[in-house]
This record gives sequence, C-alpha cells and structure tokens, in this order.
Amino acid sequence: MYAYDEIDRTLVNERVSEFRDQVKRRLSGELTEDEFKILRLQNGVYLQLHAYMFRVAIPYGTLATNQLRALAHVARKYDRGYGHFTTRQNIQFNWIKLAELPDAVEDLAKVGIHAMQTSGNNMRNVTSDQWAGVAPGEIEDPRIWSELIRQHTTLHPEFSFLPRKFKIAITASDHDRAAIKIHDIGLRLIKNEKGETGFEVLVGGGLGRTPFIAKTIKHFVHGRDILSYIEAILRVYNQYGRRDNIYKARIKILVHELGIEKFSREVEDEWQHIRNSSLQIDDEVIEDIRSRFTYPAYEKLPHMPDELRQAAADPDFEAWRKNSVAPHKVQGYSIVTISLKPTGGPPGDATAEQMDALADLADRYSFGEIRVGHEQNLALPHVAKRDLPALWKALDKLGLATPNVNLITDIIACPGLDYCSLANARSIPIAQELTRRFANHELANLIGRLHINISGCINACGHHHVGHIGILGVEKNGEEVYQITIGGRADENAALGTLIGPGVKFDEVADVVEDIVEAYLALRERPEELFMDTVKRLGVEPFKERVYATR
Amino acid sequence: MTSPLEQKKIKIAGPSIVTANRTWDGIVVYRTAAKGWSAELSEAAIVRNSDEARALLAEAVADDVGAIGPYIAPVQVGEDGKILPGNLREQIRRTGVTIGQPAQV
Ligand code: HEM
Ligand code: SF4
Repeated sequence: MYAYDEIDRTLVNERVSEFRDQVKRRLSGELTEDEFKILRLQNGVYLQLHAYMFRVAIPYGTLATNQLRALAHVARKYDRGYGHFTTRQNIQFNWIKLAELPDAVEDLAKVGIHAMQTSGNNMRNVTSDQWAGVAPGEIEDPRIWSELIRQHTTLHPEFSFLPRKFKIAITASDHDRAAIKIHDIGLRLIKNEKGETGFEVLVGGGLGRTPFIAKTIKHFVHGRDILSYIEAILRVYNQYGRRDNIYKARIKILVHELGIEKFSREVEDEWQHIRNSSLQIDDEVIEDIRSRFTYPAYEKLPHMPDELRQAAADPDFEAWRKNSVAPHKVQGYSIVTISLKPTGGPPGDATAEQMDALADLADRYSFGEIRVGHEQNLALPHVAKRDLPALWKALDKLGLATPNVNLITDIIACPGLDYCSLANARSIPIAQELTRRFANHELANLIGRLHINISGCINACGHHHVGHIGILGVEKNGEEVYQITIGGRADENAALGTLIGPGVKFDEVADVVEDIVEAYLALRERPEELFMDTVKRLGVEPFKERVYATR
Repeated sequence: MTSPLEQKKIKIAGPSIVTANRTWDGIVVYRTAAKGWSAELSEAAIVRNSDEARALLAEAVADDVGAIGPYIAPVQVGEDGKILPGNLREQIRRTGVTIGQPAQV
C-alpha cells in the first residue's frame, strides 16, 4: 500500500473546495459552460450521452479497502449503484449529477482518492503492472517509479499545458501487463551489466486514428536520470508538438515524422543540458518513496497446503484456480485475478455491493489490498494459498469467479454508443453477445488465450488495434458497421492488427468471430499454438476466406 | 470552442428538434416551443426548415444555465403527431442504454 504525504493531502483538499466553488458558480450562471468546461475536465468530469461522467484515478492500480468502499459509496449514493473500471486504471461513474459532484469529490478525498490527471492535455495518471510488487521475477516494484513520476509531473506547469494528453506506463516484468508499447512513453525497468537499476525507454506509442507501436529511444537510462530524460523528451515534444492540428499533436506523430533517430538525437542534446541539474534523483528521494510502499507481513506457508489439496477434487474450483490464480513472489501465496467479465455482463462493471463485498474479502484474505488492471479486471495481490477455496466460494456467490481470465470472453470494450457522445456504434452489446456465444468454459479453454478488443469509434479506447481480434464500430448510412482486424497484440511483442475485409453489420459480428475461431481451430498445428501464432504463421488470408466465402 | 451556431451552415433534411443535457444533472432534454426544456421528446418543438432550426438553436444556446451542448437532431413525426428519434444515437439518448445496467440485473 502507499501512504500519501501531507503535500498530497493538502493539494487534494484544496481541489475539493475549489471545485465546489466552481460548480456553484456554474449552476448560478456566473460561469458559462465554455468557461467551466476546462475546469470540470481538470476534475475528471465529462459529458456523455445521458449524463455527466466522473472519472477517478486509481494510481498504478492500487486500492486500499477503505478506498474501494468509498467508490462503492459514491456508486450507491450519487450514481446508479455501479461503476465501470477502465483500461487506464481509472473508474468511471456514468450517471452523476453535477450538483452533487462536489459532495462525491469530497467523500473520495477523505480516503485520498481524486480525479486529477484523468483528463485534459496534461500528464495522465502513470499506469503500471497490476501485479507490481508481487510478481515473481520482477526487477523492482515499478510503482516506486510511477509515484516518483507522478509527484514530479502533477500540476507541474511544463506538463499541464501539453499539446495533447500524455500517457506513461511502466512495467518491471518480462511479460508486459501494462501495455507500455501503446503509450506515449513506455518504461521497462531493467538492470544493466553492473547490476544498476534503470529503464529501457520507449516512445511514440498510441492508438486512435493513427496507431503506432512505441519505439525504443534508449536502451538504458539510469534510474537517477529518468526524470531528466523524460523532461528532455517532453521539451522536444513541446517545442515541435503540433498544436495546430488536434489529430497530429500526439507525440507518436512527431516521432513518426521526425524519425526515431532524429528524435532521439534531439532528446539526447536536450538531455545533456539538464541531466546534471536538480532533476537528478537523490537516492534518499527514492528511498523515501520506497518506504511509503508497505508490504504485508507474509507468513511462512507451505507451497501446497491441505486446503488446496482437498479442494482440488472440485472441478469447478480447479477450473477457476487454473484460470485465475497466478504465482506470487512469496511461497504459499497467490495473486488472484477477479474477472469483471461475467457471461452477458458489460465488461468492467462492478456493483456497489460487489465492491463492498470485495473490500471485505480483501480485508480477510489479501491484507486489505486490491489491484486494478488495464484489462478491466481486478486482482487480490496477496492471497494465502490455504485461503483460495474459501475465497473462491465467496467470489462465486458474488458473481466474481467467472474462470475466463485471458480467454475469449475476457473482452475489453469501451462504453461505445450506449454511453459515449463520440461513439459511432455500440461496443458493450457486442461484448455481451460474444460472452454468451462462448459461455462454455471448456470451449473457451480449448480455444486458449485470445483477446478481443472492441471500440465504438476511432479513438480506440477499447484498444481494438491491439486485440488478437479487434472490432471497431463505424457508422455507414446511419447504420452501425464493424471492421474486424486480427493479429494485433498489446504485450511485449505488440503489433497492430490487420483488417480482414469489408465491415459487417451489428447482428453479424458474433457470427464472424465464430467463423474466425472455427478457422483457427481447424488451422492450428497443435493445441498449444495460440490464435495469434496461427495468424502470424498463415497471415489473414485463410481467415478472410472463411469469413467472406459465405457472405 | 466556437458556438454551434458558427460551426457550419445549418441545413436540415427533415423535421428536427434541438436537444441538450440539463446543466445541473446532465439528463437529456429537448427544447420546447415555450422556450424551456423538457425531458419528454413529445414536448419538443419541431422545426422544419433551416431558418427555424437556426432560431431554435440560437435560443437554446443562449440558455446556457439551463442546458449544455445543444444541437439539432433529426426526428420522425408520425401521422398521429407522435415524435420519434431520427437515429440510433438519439434513440439511445431517449430510452437509455441498450444493455441492462448491472445494478438492475
Ligand atoms: C465516454 C467517455 C470517453 C470519452 C469521451 C473518451 C474520449 C477519448 C478520446 C477523444 C480519445 C482519443 C485521444 C487521442 O487519440 O488523442 C481517447 C483515447 C483513449 N481512451 Fe477514451 N474516452 C472515453 C472513455 C474511455 C474509457 C471507458 C476507457 C477505458 C475503458 C478509455 C480509454 C482510453 C484509452 C486507453 C485511450 C488511448 C488510446 C490511445 O493510445 O490513443 N476511454 N478517449
Ligand atoms: S472509443 Fe470512441 S466510442 Fe469508445 S469510449 Fe472512446 S471515444 Fe467513446
């Protein structure tokens, strides 16, 4: 867990009263919507189709149980009893009233939660691996560095008025769970030959209208230099960044236009000027942040407790354990992923009751800590293996034990035309239909790891470009039409998907996905060959043939 | 932000209304003939040519305390005078999400 310091608490509280005043002046007409818009966006308040939407940050995806309960409270008191976990370690409330927002903001501030850096052209909340600090083989807890960057960039003038929004993600494991290659800056914690901690720095990733996979700009930047290096990148960006054209102002466009070599030379020049400045990080600063992350007092526990051995006789438990339970760095413990993708449900939604109950379970079984990942699922990061059977029973009762993590029904979908004012087409009902089609867990397991990502417009909030199967909703002559790509991925081997052919209608999407899956099952060389490997081996042609032969 | 009145020439292809979100709570509202806002589409003022549309929008934009983000949206008017949304987006804005909300399931 992380303990905020006094400066943060003061800042958050000041924001609350400032925002209350702004809302009051807006409601009285003293502020026009034009004047107010930038202020509300600074506080995470958007306008959607049916209501205001309130986006709250969950920095590096770590939540304490009192914070989760506060989110449940906001869902219940000010919203319609649920919240939506997003791909950027945020939670969104979809039905909040402007007049009540200051109260909601204040209730959250009491537990140190805020909405800063969730919108606007600034440095967004720095995201990280949801398994940070507990994943086996991790170089170091990446949240220490996320927090360092958060502190440095929060409200820093140079980062508050960027050409466009700016997103950073950090990972410290070989397997990238933070999707760093689709961020403006991606950082991979590594050690050099001398055993010193530093970063491989990637730059220029992003999706949206013009998607790019980030490129490595420097193979090793020492930890103590990371702030100056990021600052150098931002300065070059600020200098060139095209403020005249909103579609071109992302750093990915700049990197693409200058070329990574020229861009990195410019950054290098800039960096030489500032690397020995006050931006160099003292070990004490890092140590101070490190000391604010506390880890549970783990017990010495057996690798294979009796409880687990006995529960193994129950096939339902075993199915869940094999799917949703991952190894922990400490023997006798596990990381448990909690699927927010029930059959027929909107991906990423959790009710207030589920959040409250989950907070209780986290208190009992996970040292009071919950994690939020970019796949729109939650996790309990420190569960003793002996507690797994009891936890599973409790989760199952809450509808939170669907054993489909990383399977075809673990779909990432944006809100789409059901909520979003920018949408061209619906996303969630497509996801719901697909979870019904593939509800049979044996079938889903037979298919194996397969990520479907759905966006309701080209902004790509559902990361469709990097879905193994990507679905993008567009509008054609007043009708919803969906473009299907295959072969994308968001991990350490990130790639953009390839379009398989003309768009298909709303009612046809699930059939098309079934066709693609059937083609894959027929084409794969052996059961271990994953969908994306088959696509890589054979290209899109055989899938295209299968899908369009009968259409 | 430029005012919606300046954004482009206003041209409508058929019967239209002006819709927005109510400022204090964000709900979907429609501009009425009585120079107010209503949550009921049936109470919306219908405009049938560009001049009417421009006038109704101008009036709506001026009431910034009442509602935000006003724009012109198409509707269908039945023979009985019943007003129906003219596209899926407006249909969803009127009747709500098409997915069932988790807290109600
Ligand atoms: C309904 C409210 C939302 C609005 C108005 C909205 C708007 C946008 C816009 C305009 C962009 C494109 C920015 C650009 O390319 O510069 C964007 C990107 C993005 N949004 Fe949203 N979004 C919404 C909801 C969400 C949700 C619910 C999620 C998570 C599930 C999400 C995750 C993202 C991500 C990850 C990107 C970055 C894609 C990239 O790398 O370019 N957004 N959003
Ligand atoms: S991808 Fe488009 S439709 Fe989906 S949430 Fe983002 S802006 Fe809205």
